[in-house]
Amino acid sequence: MAELNIEKGSSRKSAYDLRDPNAHAVERHTLAVVVDNEAGVLARVIGLFSGRGYNIESLTVAEIDHNGHTSRMTIVTTGTPAIIDQIKAQLGRIVPVHEVHDLTVEGASVERELALFKVSGKGNDRVEALRLADIFRASVVDSTLHNFTFEITGSPEKIDAFAELMRPLGLSEMARTGVAALSRG
Amino acid sequence: MTQPMTGAQMVVQALKDQGVDVVFGYPGGAVLPIYDEIFQQNDIRHILVRHEQAAVHAAEGYARSTGKVGCALVTSGPGATNAVTGLTDALMDSIPIVVLSGQVPTFMIGNDAFQEADTVGITRPCTKHNWLVKDTAALPGILHEAFHVARSGRPGPVLVDIPKDVQFASAIYTPREAARTDRYNPRVKGDIEQIRRLARAMTEARRPIIYSGGGVINSGPRASQLLRELARETGFPLTSTLMGLGAYPASGDAWLGMLGMHGTYEANLAMHGCDLMINIGARFDDRITGRVQDFSPQSVKAHIDIDPSSINKVIHVEIPIIGDVANVLEDLLAVWRAEEGSRTQREAVKGWWAQIEEWREVRCLDYDTSPRVIKPQHAVARLEALTKGHDRYICTEVGQHQMWAAQYLGFEDPNRWMTSGGLGTMGYGQPAAMGVQVAHPDALVINVAGEASWLMNMQEMGTMVQYRLPVKQFILNNERLGMVRQWQELLHGERYSQSWSEALPDFVKLAEAFGAKGIKCSDPADLDDAIREMIDHDGPVIFDCLVEKHENCFPMIPSGEPHNKMLLANAETQGQITAPGAVLV
Repeated sequence: MAELNIEKGSSRKSAYDLRDPNAHAVERHTLAVVVDNEAGVLARVIGLFSGRGYNIESLTVAEIDHNGHTSRMTIVTTGTPAIIDQIKAQLGRIVPVHEVHDLTVEGASVERELALFKVSGKGNDRVEALRLADIFRASVVDSTLHNFTFEITGSPEKIDAFAELMRPLGLSEMARTGVAALSRG
Repeated sequence: MTQPMTGAQMVVQALKDQGVDVVFGYPGGAVLPIYDEIFQQNDIRHILVRHEQAAVHAAEGYARSTGKVGCALVTSGPGATNAVTGLTDALMDSIPIVVLSGQVPTFMIGNDAFQEADTVGITRPCTKHNWLVKDTAALPGILHEAFHVARSGRPGPVLVDIPKDVQFASAIYTPREAARTDRYNPRVKGDIEQIRRLARAMTEARRPIIYSGGGVINSGPRASQLLRELARETGFPLTSTLMGLGAYPASGDAWLGMLGMHGTYEANLAMHGCDLMINIGARFDDRITGRVQDFSPQSVKAHIDIDPSSINKVIHVEIPIIGDVANVLEDLLAVWRAEEGSRTQREAVKGWWAQIEEWREVRCLDYDTSPRVIKPQHAVARLEALTKGHDRYICTEVGQHQMWAAQYLGFEDPNRWMTSGGLGTMGYGQPAAMGVQVAHPDALVINVAGEASWLMNMQEMGTMVQYRLPVKQFILNNERLGMVRQWQELLHGERYSQSWSEALPDFVKLAEAFGAKGIKCSDPADLDDAIREMIDHDGPVIFDCLVEKHENCFPMIPSGEPHNKMLLANAETQGQITAPGAVLV
């Protein structure tokens, strides 16, 4: 591949990367997609991303209107501005997709994620974990003599930070929901 | 219709309500109830193909030549998987078709039942939308919505997968008017501010070009009419993609010929040198753009497309207009006439035409004729001369013959040219021609083919004989996979790996074995008479035209190169494709 001047691994992400990898910086966008809650709709959205080589950093989906059978997906994705535009246009083409909102550009928004951490520590580590959990406003949802399970809600960065602090204190398992987001106001 | 109906009856009723008069299909266990209903009625004609891929291509041919939605019916499992190539082809070329597939009964789905396949899973990426019907009550609504989705917006293929128990069960039928069509309604009207900007740009352009595509044909006859008005009133030169041939007549004053990899010299250089490019219903395909960084570097680009995802996908445009071609052209012409007084830079455009005429002088489509062997270009040119006055429809397979057909045949009207553009499906032409002939029983339908492509769906000769479909198979037989061979010559050091057709059948005997007529021609002196004999025969014909074996298709833009780096006939072919170009297809 050296003589073709294609950066190693660049084709892993998307065919667009082959074209002009340095044209624009890669951006992170949060998209809110309102869809009909019908069989296969998640597969259609995921198939779009995998089939066209786009990235998914996080994806959450749940029904938001039981009578109207609509669900809301929150997708965090990365790409150059041109690719982000493509992703939005391609999402809009899917028949059961009703709305596509780019929360990153449509004004201020709030993003929250929920995570559960299991921390197994002894002695001082156990006390320190509890103290840090208090600072991060994480609550204990389960405890045994050997471990605590914390529940924490916040921005993905806050959860990352909490995870880093818990790691040396005996973090043994973690589950994250992915981002849910709404525009402000 | 308040009486309950079975699901199978609903299928037939919904097809009738949607104006379907012919279905291409192949029966099997999972669609028997539907076939039983087809047996008991006379409104919908069923054409029994010999392979499901052909059913889908035939539906495509039917759709493209009529502007209506084509319809195919296949069974579960292998029936559905055989339809996948046709669905993908229709998706790439935006052809409205509805494919109905049978499925194992709902209570057996997921059991690895006999002839079970995850049809909606397999066809999800190759349809515009698909449905698995789990309840008979929902079936009629889904069928009506399927036709609506197939024909609305950017047209495309849809598939409805119907389990056998859903076909047997009964429910109340939903008439077409009561069916839900509200959730898919793409915008057809263009943004008037963008249209104003384009009208203004048209008054300022000194080197304009209209680049039209298949979207004009998909938009309907009105769009072709408006395109012609636009070209006539502005005096702008016009070129078209492979998909758009016929929207503007080949005999028209503005016509530069097709553009792209095997387009004309004048069309490609005009695209490269223009200062205003008006893309009407085309999508900047890689066969068109060549190297995107160097694509038409000095131009302001406008792009009219009904699909928002086509805008800025490959080429950044300054004036994006999302809407249906006919709608947008109507508004564009109105604005340009009323607000801009139909102004253009007449003098400058005249100078631009002088430049184009200079390029035309290169005569890029000239070729050497030979008294001993039939040149393929000559064969197509003679076919053109001898069939021009006829009510003619042309299909092609994929490869060199396809490009020669596009270069040497002239199309005066839309919906007369059916070729697999996006997917490049060898084996497309023969079944597509079958579908065209079913739709136009009295027309002259010709499939311009290569022998290798043609063999891929040759079983359909049986269908054509059965239904007395007098399609003419015009096979340019070079005993090679011509385009593969050409690329191997260009970039693999003339190592012709697996690109020849060994052990070919005797096509005349093959025709006779099917009960059709066979004609063989190898002498240029006999060509005209042989073509006339083919045209005059009232029935299907296989015409085996033995042509020059090592002819290359020119002009050609080598892959990875911009428009102004074209190779003309007899060009030195070695080393023309660079290392980055070689990775492209």
